[in-house]
Amino acid sequence: MKAFAQLYTDIDATTSTNRKVAAMADYFSTAAPADAAWAVYFLAGGRPKRLIPVRRLAAWAMEVSQVPEWLFEESYHAVGDLAETISLVLPERVLTEDATRADDLPLHEWVERRILPLVDMTEAEQRETVLASWRELSGTERYIWNKLITGAFRVGVSEQLVVRALSRASGVEEGVIAHRLGGNWVPTPEGFSALVATDAADADESRPYPFYLAYALEDELPALGEPHEWQAEWKWDGIRAQVIRRGGRTYIWSRGGELVTDRFPELVAAAERLPDGTALDGEIMPWSNGEALPFAQLQRRIGRKKLGPKILAEVPVVLVTYDLLELAGRDLREEPLLERRRMLDALLVEANTWPEPTFIPSPIVQVATWDDAEAAQAAARERRAEGLMLKRRDSAYGVGRRKGSWWKWKVQPFSVDAVMIYAQPGHGRRALLHTDYTFAVRDGDALVPFAKAYSGLTDAEIRTLDAWIRRHTLEKFGPVRHVEPVQVFELAFEGIQRSPRHKSGVAVRFPRIARWRTDKPVSEIDTIDTLRALIRANE
Amino acid sequence: MLTTTPSGLYCPAADLYIDPWSPVARAVITHAHGDHARWGTRHYLAAREGERVLRTRLGTEASIELVDYGAPVRINDVTVTLIPAGHILGSAQVRLEHRGEVWVVSGDYKTEPDPTCTSFEVARCHTFVTESTFGLPIYTWRPQAEIFHELRDWWRDNAAEGRASVVYGYALGKAQRILAGVLGADIGPIYTHGAVERLTQDYRDSGVTLPPTTAVATMPKGTRFAGSLVVAPPSAAGSTWLRRFGDHSTAFASGWMRVRGARRRRALDRGFVLSDHVDWPSLMNTIDATGAECVWVTHGYREPVARYLEERGLRTRTIASQWEGEGEGEVDDDVGAVAGEETTS
Repeated sequence: MKAFAQLYTDIDATTSTNRKVAAMADYFSTAAPADAAWAVYFLAGGRPKRLIPVRRLAAWAMEVSQVPEWLFEESYHAVGDLAETISLVLPERVLTEDATRADDLPLHEWVERRILPLVDMTEAEQRETVLASWRELSGTERYIWNKLITGAFRVGVSEQLVVRALSRASGVEEGVIAHRLGGNWVPTPEGFSALVATDAADADESRPYPFYLAYALEDELPALGEPHEWQAEWKWDGIRAQVIRRGGRTYIWSRGGELVTDRFPELVAAAERLPDGTALDGEIMPWSNGEALPFAQLQRRIGRKKLGPKILAEVPVVLVTYDLLELAGRDLREEPLLERRRMLDALLVEANTWPEPTFIPSPIVQVATWDDAEAAQAAARERRAEGLMLKRRDSAYGVGRRKGSWWKWKVQPFSVDAVMIYAQPGHGRRALLHTDYTFAVRDGDALVPFAKAYSGLTDAEIRTLDAWIRRHTLEKFGPVRHVEPVQVFELAFEGIQRSPRHKSGVAVRFPRIARWRTDKPVSEIDTIDTLRALIRANE
Repeated sequence: MLTTTPSGLYCPAADLYIDPWSPVARAVITHAHGDHARWGTRHYLAAREGERVLRTRLGTEASIELVDYGAPVRINDVTVTLIPAGHILGSAQVRLEHRGEVWVVSGDYKTEPDPTCTSFEVARCHTFVTESTFGLPIYTWRPQAEIFHELRDWWRDNAAEGRASVVYGYALGKAQRILAGVLGADIGPIYTHGAVERLTQDYRDSGVTLPPTTAVATMPKGTRFAGSLVVAPPSAAGSTWLRRFGDHSTAFASGWMRVRGARRRRALDRGFVLSDHVDWPSLMNTIDATGAECVWVTHGYREPVARYLEERGLRTRTIASQWEGEGEGEVDDDVGAVAGEETTS
């Protein structure tokens, strides 16, 4: 536990990605495989089955520290993290022989003897184990222990960084390790050894191509030349991904470089009909009855660790396929787009089964004139697309973001002016500062809250606003402050729809602060009728 | 004995304000931090130990009557005595005795010993006016020896890797406590920000032993700072002033660093939990030790502290400080007064 706590401290003590990776690589090179395996598991976001409800831990902590519940709540509001609050209110460890032994106990013994068995214990046995551990562990270790047993261990490293560190420690390529870590990897000594084995028969098989990205359109359309030189498609708002079929296996990579194969079983099933040596580029979209579902539906699904039959039925996904990068093992990226698209259409006709195709060729938008393109872009929202893509018909599939041959042209976000009426502190990095705001529009003489937003202000603005909030609080409800309706903000959002669940009757998608309108008095904010009109125009 | 006024705490019997927020005729000042020692009052009363820093803050023209700790001053029929508060050099609690009734106003204080100022002393009283900056049970300080040990290790590790170590601490008080904490460390040279250097000299002139320091501003362009320790006020964080240090690690020495999120939000490499205020256990022990039956709570987590004391049978009152220091103070300690001078060099 000592070495792992030190690793945690080292990672936590720096804001530099490089130093984090170096600290992990160090640990992986020196730790016993049994410990390294669990470290990989937890650092990469693995969590054991829910062992103890964190509320129960909180109750024990209050009892041990003799802190009344209301004071514990106050403390929690100041810290913003329950496991951390618990470790901070507990009395300091008294150094005993038990405590020394606890430090020296290796990570895998902690996990296998003290953590995993919790699930089969009675509440009284759990209490005894937890209290003993608190007594024996010091501050940081205690915090880590709380995080581990509540399944919320996070230290600001992604699975990708863990993969990079493993790669640095072993010399094995990142893609290979990422693939080995995906699927059914188990945190055992053998599992760890397999992860970093230099024998790399599986190396090339899973590897995706670098994604080619578009720049935001800057010039007027006529500057692009003739419309017939361009292929127009909808700009979909899902998860950009590559589906790779090689060696009889399927790999799905997100643009962020994460292997997400397990998250999309319907794509995996359909990919079995693709010939070996195929790489598709597209957008994973929630899709039903031939049209896109709202992005919020996909978010619901992404949020789940386990995908039950219910969510799979409610939010089916497809790959809206943009491009064919590899066919029969041949790299097609230098072929012109027109040719790649022809081959893609042919392939999907062959591979798809009626009636519910899972790989849908991205619909081509007919654009004979630039006026057509303007009209299409303006109508993109009707299809739940967020704009138009323009790609040169003769373009190769490049690497990274290049100017010239692919452009994205997003529709303008909706925007309204609203007044802040509630504020509450953020969590984690933003704890202690009021960073979560609720905004209202006018309804006659009343103000109706309709959106919450957390982003869009600079750190300096957040601090200024925080100081203002503290001085202009009308009422406090726990951590939430009701503030004087004075500060006006321009809010931008991507979508708006009716919602019986909200007091205002509307729900907006991805609201954020576009500008702090210090120039605008609250008498000039938008009204509920403005919002209703936006909905009607959008239906 | 005391009432609250728009200018702050006031003792009618002595016609005396304590740390007033606006200019008054006569005031006693608990310490030289900007939110306690304000310009413009006609006549100040303060502890002799803090003379130098108070002069730096209030100017040579200010009329300041200096008294020794423990030496009673009679004003009308009130006896005013200053008692060490252990917060920074010259910090004092104000003891007021009037017709057998005793009140003590703590100002800011800590009970841990600190080589840069006289240690805190408990004063028995009927009513105790206490600060509550860190008035939640999550705030408990580890022994400062451990913290200084960690700070030295951090400096040594950075030096070994050719990095400078930049530690932020309030220019008055914390900066000098850090310097005293690395006395004799022998790891590398110590540099200071202009605001820190001036007050550090005031400390030395007051008889406090501190390691040698050099103001960064006096160093020629192109100086290499690798291996050195740089002591700077928090306002220097994120400024272009840091560029000259090349590869460096940053840390903040403050009680707020007890909470992980407070450190992460500032994008600091390290947080050293080192405070010049009492932690929760010391706050409760001190209140207990004063024997006070009535406690006024100000400056910080007023409401929770008052409620906790009420539940223990004490009478309490919460009083506003002009600075809403609750939560994380961007307005903590001396920030108000030195914001201007801190950014000058």
